[in-house]
Amino acid sequence: MTATHEPVEHVHGTEPAPASERVVIPVTGMTCAACQARVQRTLGKVAGVSDASVNLMMGNATVSYDPASTSPDALVDAIRATGYGAELPVADRSAFDEQEARDAAQQEEFTGLRRKAIVSGIVGVIAMVVSMPLMAATAHMAPGATTDPFMRWMMTSMTPALRSAAPWLYAISPVVLSYALLVLTLGVMAWAGRHFYVRAWAAFRHHSADMNTLIAVGTGAAFVYSVIATVAPGFFVRRGVPPDVYYEAVVIIIALILTGNAFEARAKRQTSSALRALAQLQPKTARVVRHDREIDVPVEDVHASDVVIVRPGERIPVDGEIVSGESAVDESMLTGESLPVKKTAGDRVIGGTINGTGAFRYRATTLGADSVLAQIVKLMRDAQGSRAPIQALADRVSSVFVPTVISLAIATFVVWFVAVHVGGATTGAATVRGFATAVAVLIIACPCAMGLAVPTAVMVATGKGAELGVLIKGGEALQRAGDIDTVVLDKTGTVTMGKPDVTDIVLAPDAPVTRDELLALAASLEKSSEHPLADAVVRRATEEGIATRTVAMFRSITGRGVSGMIDGTRVAIGNAALMADRRIDVAPLHADAERLSGAARGVMYVAVNDRLAGVLAVADPVRPTSRTAVARLRAMGLDVILLSGDTRRTAESIAREVGIDHVVAEVLPDGKVAEVERLQRDGHVVAMVGDGVNDAPALARADVGIAIGTGTDVAVEAADVALMRGDVTGVADAIRLSRRTMRTMKQNLFWALIYNVIGIPVAAGVLYPAFGLLLSPILASAAMAFSSVSVVSNSLRLRAFRPA
Amino acid sequence: MTTVDWVVIAAGVALIVWVLWFFFLAEQGAATAMAGTGGVQDVSVRVHGGYEPATIRVKAGVPVRLHFDRQETSSCSEEIVFPDFNVRRFLPAFQETVVEVTPPRAGTYEFTCGMSMLHGRLVAE
Repeated sequence: MTATHEPVEHVHGTEPAPASERVVIPVTGMTCAACQARVQRTLGKVAGVSDASVNLMMGNATVSYDPASTSPDALVDAIRATGYGAELPVADRSAFDEQEARDAAQQEEFTGLRRKAIVSGIVGVIAMVVSMPLMAATAHMAPGATTDPFMRWMMTSMTPALRSAAPWLYAISPVVLSYALLVLTLGVMAWAGRHFYVRAWAAFRHHSADMNTLIAVGTGAAFVYSVIATVAPGFFVRRGVPPDVYYEAVVIIIALILTGNAFEARAKRQTSSALRALAQLQPKTARVVRHDREIDVPVEDVHASDVVIVRPGERIPVDGEIVSGESAVDESMLTGESLPVKKTAGDRVIGGTINGTGAFRYRATTLGADSVLAQIVKLMRDAQGSRAPIQALADRVSSVFVPTVISLAIATFVVWFVAVHVGGATTGAATVRGFATAVAVLIIACPCAMGLAVPTAVMVATGKGAELGVLIKGGEALQRAGDIDTVVLDKTGTVTMGKPDVTDIVLAPDAPVTRDELLALAASLEKSSEHPLADAVVRRATEEGIATRTVAMFRSITGRGVSGMIDGTRVAIGNAALMADRRIDVAPLHADAERLSGAARGVMYVAVNDRLAGVLAVADPVRPTSRTAVARLRAMGLDVILLSGDTRRTAESIAREVGIDHVVAEVLPDGKVAEVERLQRDGHVVAMVGDGVNDAPALARADVGIAIGTGTDVAVEAADVALMRGDVTGVADAIRLSRRTMRTMKQNLFWALIYNVIGIPVAAGVLYPAFGLLLSPILASAAMAFSSVSVVSNSLRLRAFRPA
Repeated sequence: MTTVDWVVIAAGVALIVWVLWFFFLAEQGAATAMAGTGGVQDVSVRVHGGYEPATIRVKAGVPVRLHFDRQETSSCSEEIVFPDFNVRRFLPAFQETVVEVTPPRAGTYEFTCGMSMLHGRLVAE
């Protein structure tokens, strides 16, 4: 990103400089030095602007301003007021703005297409009615031989009705009717179908061809043919061919294709609905405390460390850390977690989530593009834009598709011409037949369905994932995740909380203290210790509201434990060896200690005044959801492996608790990579699930790296999938969604390919010799319109995905 | 078969050959990126039914800033994709969108529209 906002240092003697930022705004329409001076003068007058310089050659304005009194948008408005164009650089826009711009464009596209489709559809019906008397007028010349079979059917079934309903239509001269149709068709082509021709021409100039080329060539050829038949009918009549016109076909083809495009535009819009919903989570304003007053400011103007006020039921505007107050926050839109999460002072809140019934104040931390929501939106946008390898096939076909179809259409014309001509028909009749089939080939061929097959599925699937709190970082990850057969779970921080906790407090039979007093003494002493388990004891005391006291004569005995004096009481905490040193009998609690250490807990004896007082057990607790998550993975036929740096005994105990049979214990961080590689060598497609802290290399090495979210950092680099909810349940969702998406992609590709593989030959008339079946260009256009809509609709079915 | 048939066949074959030559073989416009200030190579690309220029010569290992100026509303060109860099960006109509990529080594890096119908390439040297 090209950052154009940068702080500028102002030096005004020793006075503290006012906060200042600089922005570069591209200005358009300036042609002379006078223009430049005018823009510069205007900007200089804006309150809060300390310096403005406009560069005519570069076509931009560099403005230093005080962000407290003005904003880049206000500066843009000031420039526009002078009559020149200005726009903030696109690179500077946030993911939200880009999403909004895109939505607006898509909405506009849809409404425009719909209007054009409706109008040209009405005109098409009129054109069809008007052309019936025309066909009746020429039918005597070569009945049924040359006309479009669809129109022939229409004529035989509709003509009697029309004759009795509007006999006057048959009284009008065919010449007048032809010219009327010519004008009507030209109008539709120039208005509703204009973009087909303009774009086809633009593509042609670049030696490329797309869907528009096919439509433009197909309808253009039919139109030119009809114009000749209208202006110089004698040319046809002399050659024994009825001067048929195809105006109604041109109009109806345009109407049908526009209808298809409109549906496609709407469906395409729906594929990104999840992303749009995410972008809309971002509130526009925040209530902050400035100069002891509460004011509403746009979220862009919230600064880091501003204090933000959130009332009950409000959406939290930016990320931050609670300073005071407490509440329960609904984070379901980001994490998929349906229960509200309790938040109190010191907890982090995420912008875009909804506050429950409490009120609180919090300090803003990450803002703008760094905020969690912006990161998610950006990640999703990149993911939706990424390619799945399976698309390579569609791409290869797409890139040669249109020229190939044009060549096929030419070949179709030649074959039909020669076949009909050799069969004894006139040159004219042969031309007409060859012509109609060639146009049908051009119109039925549809490269769009192929181009949409994979990207729409990727878009819907990644969006659906985001709704479930599963961020899949792209099409490739999606495709690989669908093939996973082995899931490796890291133990610490993944299956377990990653944060040791006091699980048991057992008092000795004749303990000199109460349970709370025991915890208070232990916490007071452990506060000075650096042992990792000590932290768990202190935290537990804090959580229970037990105050710690001052320790005198603190001693740390390496490999044994700690001791000290608290209010005249001698306290020692440590292992059996420490107790033995002090001749303290641990026998009364021996059985408990054995039981606890057997269950993979760290055991600490506590002695008070040289008498055994109790035992504290500390363990990294298993996440309550881990067992269900593992069961779901195994039910899906996946091999689940627990990977741990702990001793075999600890690892196996955890594995038993969550229902995993396969344990790899005592591995070092590099050992994790080796284990993943070993599984891959055995032919497994491996997903590695970890917290991304010390297992990043293994995540990167695995076929799919899945990171357990910390709630604040979604962009774990090494991971292909990030789980917003801090547990393993999302893994099964990610894999199931990927499998289902792969099925959708394959269906889409199959239908898009088979549609063309069958449609083009049928339109070319391969079924004619055997069944006498020819496809009218009008039917061809209806088939084409349907094909892309069906592919997008199939992708949209992924929105109905439900986690098990 | 009469002369007319042979003429039609010959014309058809000639036309097919021309179509294939025109779309697949004919040379398209190329441009060399200007090395701008700060070691960034700036190139403007007009997007209108295709990319102009479609072939862009750049130096490998140096960031390339492509200014895509989309001068149409056709939805065909609404996205620009650089598969090698995992970039897919929406190009708002009648606006300039900047995409920055750095070709790591010499080679050809293709870019396409969202549906892989329009093609351009970065040739890093």
